[in-house]
Amino acid sequence: MAHRYLPMTETDQKEMLETIGVQSVDELFSDIPEKVRFKGLYNIPEAKSESALLKELKALASKNSDTDSHVSFLGAGIYNHYKPIIVDHVISRSEFYTAYTPYQPEISQGELQAIFEFQTMIAELTGMDLANSSMYDGGTSLAEAGMLAAGHTRRKKILVSDCIHPEYRDVVATYAYGQSIEVVTVPSKDGVTDIEALKSLLDDQTAAVLVQYPNFFGQVEDIKTIGELTHDAKGLFIVSSNPLALGVLTPPGKLGADIVTGDAQPFGIPESFGGPYCGYFATTTKLMRKVPGRLVGETVDHEGRRGYVLTLQAREQHIRREKATSNICSNQALLALAASVAMTALGKQGVQEMAKQNIVKTRFAKNAFEAAGFVVPFQGAHFNEIVVKTNKPVSEINNKLLEKGIIGGFDLGRVYPELVNHALIAVTELRSKEEIETLVAEMGAYNA
Amino acid sequence: MLNENQSLIFELSKEGRVGYSLPEIDVPDFDLAELLPEGYVRKEAAELPEVSELDIMRHYTALSRRNHGVDSGFYPLGSCTMKYNPKINENVARLSGFANIHPLQDESTVQGAMELLYELQTSLVEITGMDEVTLQPAAGAHGEWTALMMIRAFHEANGEGHRNKVIVPDSAHGTNPASAAVAGFETITVKSNEDGLVDLDDLRRVVGEDTAALMLTNPNTLGLFEENILEMAEIIHSVGGKVYYDGANLNAVMSKARPGDMGFDCVHLNLHKTFTGPHGGGGPGSGPVGVKADLIPFLPKPVLVKNEDGSFHFDYNRPQSIGRVKPYYGNFGINVRAYTYIRSMGPDGLKAVTEYAVLNANYMMRRLEPYFDLPYNRHCKHEFVLSGRRQKKLGVRTLDIAKRLLDFGYHPPTIYFPLNVEEGMMIEPTETESKETLDAFCDVMIQIAKETEENPTIVQEAPHTTVVSRLDETRAARSPVLRYTKVEA
Repeated sequence: MAHRYLPMTETDQKEMLETIGVQSVDELFSDIPEKVRFKGLYNIPEAKSESALLKELKALASKNSDTDSHVSFLGAGIYNHYKPIIVDHVISRSEFYTAYTPYQPEISQGELQAIFEFQTMIAELTGMDLANSSMYDGGTSLAEAGMLAAGHTRRKKILVSDCIHPEYRDVVATYAYGQSIEVVTVPSKDGVTDIEALKSLLDDQTAAVLVQYPNFFGQVEDIKTIGELTHDAKGLFIVSSNPLALGVLTPPGKLGADIVTGDAQPFGIPESFGGPYCGYFATTTKLMRKVPGRLVGETVDHEGRRGYVLTLQAREQHIRREKATSNICSNQALLALAASVAMTALGKQGVQEMAKQNIVKTRFAKNAFEAAGFVVPFQGAHFNEIVVKTNKPVSEINNKLLEKGIIGGFDLGRVYPELVNHALIAVTELRSKEEIETLVAEMGAYNA
Repeated sequence: MLNENQSLIFELSKEGRVGYSLPEIDVPDFDLAELLPEGYVRKEAAELPEVSELDIMRHYTALSRRNHGVDSGFYPLGSCTMKYNPKINENVARLSGFANIHPLQDESTVQGAMELLYELQTSLVEITGMDEVTLQPAAGAHGEWTALMMIRAFHEANGEGHRNKVIVPDSAHGTNPASAAVAGFETITVKSNEDGLVDLDDLRRVVGEDTAALMLTNPNTLGLFEENILEMAEIIHSVGGKVYYDGANLNAVMSKARPGDMGFDCVHLNLHKTFTGPHGGGGPGSGPVGVKADLIPFLPKPVLVKNEDGSFHFDYNRPQSIGRVKPYYGNFGINVRAYTYIRSMGPDGLKAVTEYAVLNANYMMRRLEPYFDLPYNRHCKHEFVLSGRRQKKLGVRTLDIAKRLLDFGYHPPTIYFPLNVEEGMMIEPTETESKETLDAFCDVMIQIAKETEENPTIVQEAPHTTVVSRLDETRAARSPVLRYTKVEA
């Protein structure tokens, strides 16, 4: 058959069959036993032409309420941020997106150097010695950090703060089950990890303590104290961080973190209904040889020219095989490239300015909600998120907001039973003063 | 120009230059020290580059020219299915209604996205012959682990938690044993016979009441179809184990044989391979898992369900589920591309894909057979494995041949894999390459075979035309430099 992706012609086919020495293509499948042979065609829709398919899929896309046509205050780990337009131009270069893993460094220097730069930027933001080439996403990266800690300390228990993204905690639990590691939740108090409770849970079986900074509620945890307590118990201290926030927050690397993980989605990566995103994994030189995933290192060629290669491959699953503590093989190279371009565009100044805008705008929203009579239960510092108590179910309020073209906050009652009728409102630099005021006014009107 | 050292972006940085355009600030300003706790305001700025927009574009354009993709030239990397990445896929994934929707939006506002995912699941159920598919796993290895976790949960639910052994052939993908390990299993290796297929006697020897599963790629990594698949499935099932299909090689059997009809209980697919991902330089992928009915209760949460009224919802009420394997619902953007591809091909197209992929592989194998050793001489499927042992005797290693191919603008085959072939070269042309391309590549391979006899140095010292020559990997690993550090002037 003729198809634009299939260059085979009848003449080609005839010549090729002759070279092979068979009469028909079917003969090449004669090794498939009759009993398992699939006969006929798949029962799937008939092919569509390029234009007809595009039309159909555009119609399907238009059924969704996107952030082009709506004003979004939904965050909870994934944010509607400024995406420098240049990002998409760079990642659309097909030398990048149609390449495979750079196993042949001589013809992959572009990808390798881009990843080396990504590793540097993540190490800079987190204040850690080094970072890997990326992980699937923030949740699986955090889970891998917990598994590394258990393997490294030979202890079988990890303590996970209740203020970590609930879906991240779910993923940690699944990974931990696979490797027979016990997960204990550290309760929260006033929207941050309960340090007294943590003290009573730490013991000589604790492999690691996992916290989020800023946490799921947008609060800035006292990671210095938590890190000290963790180290007193000889566990590893693992921090999951929004890398944008680290533009202005003291980096976890300066406050005792052994591993910092997170998602680079705030840097130029669209919300895309849950993925693909870009997990990152940063750590200390001490743990370098235990890092999951791929690492790019600098070296020289035979003529002494600088070049880059995948390195420390002995750690990788394809060599260690059954001794592996991680099975990650691919990474999120294209998204790491996107994040690199966004971090480069923002640069040293822009990342601070953008991070600050997020804090300042969140503070403006908090003040506006309080002025309108709402209770904002968790005080303290806020990044992106505030928790707002409502008199009515959040889902009802959100339905009303939708009629006004607004995507409301995350309904915390879905995952925190004690926070029924509490919305997690996300404010980024893209939300204008007017939009924030409209949100407060509309919520106030329905909340009465 | 291409041969010049490409500066790191940090080396292009100049204080005061900017490449961004942030929104105007329209709310009252605050001093961060007022808003953040003491000790939590960053003192030293992160050393990100300071460059203009044109600096950025030139830098990355230069990097892209130092990179080889499928669009640059032929990429016969075995087991990776480096086929053409259709451009309509990129446009569809960037439609605002797909790219700019949040995973936690109310379900009523994302019905179009959920419909697409449901239709993709439905197509994959048909293609694999399974009963249900989850799109949550992020990549192939992630899918392997997900499926093994489900198998473990299945055995535990049946009071057979003692089943802790996973059987893997010696030719398996390296991720198989690693995935088994992180799912809490021990791996047992089963040997291949002289035909390159799983040795049934050895399989019978290693199975037992502790068998949890057999992991199998079919066709296997030699590109050979495991003809005894039904007997193998029977051997595993008779002792109560499950049979797992590594779908990395599905491009070889679409419309010819479905895992579900071959006796497999579960399967993972690599949408970035068979279904045109693209590969993105190493990711993102997407690794859906399909299962037979008795494993459905253990699927990761949430499960996408179609309601009676034709709408869709995510079902979280799955008490036997293994839980979440990833935040949200998987790599949606890659799933959109795979769906677009399936709809571009249709049933006739997918059949032709496999037929042409297999025809191309057999054609190349026969053209190259006189010049290189072919350890397993029978019809291959989508790929085949040559051995460079004849050339090795003349002092030319398979690595040298791979490097010499770079001089001709080709990405080399997968080399030194599978592990059971000496000096292996695993070649997978895919169906999207023309006969002219295959012929040109074969001509170069034949030329290299001749160079090996007449002028081996040119092969041993290759590549000669790339921006860098062979890199010192020992040095990179011995004293790792994993990031740029500013040298003070």
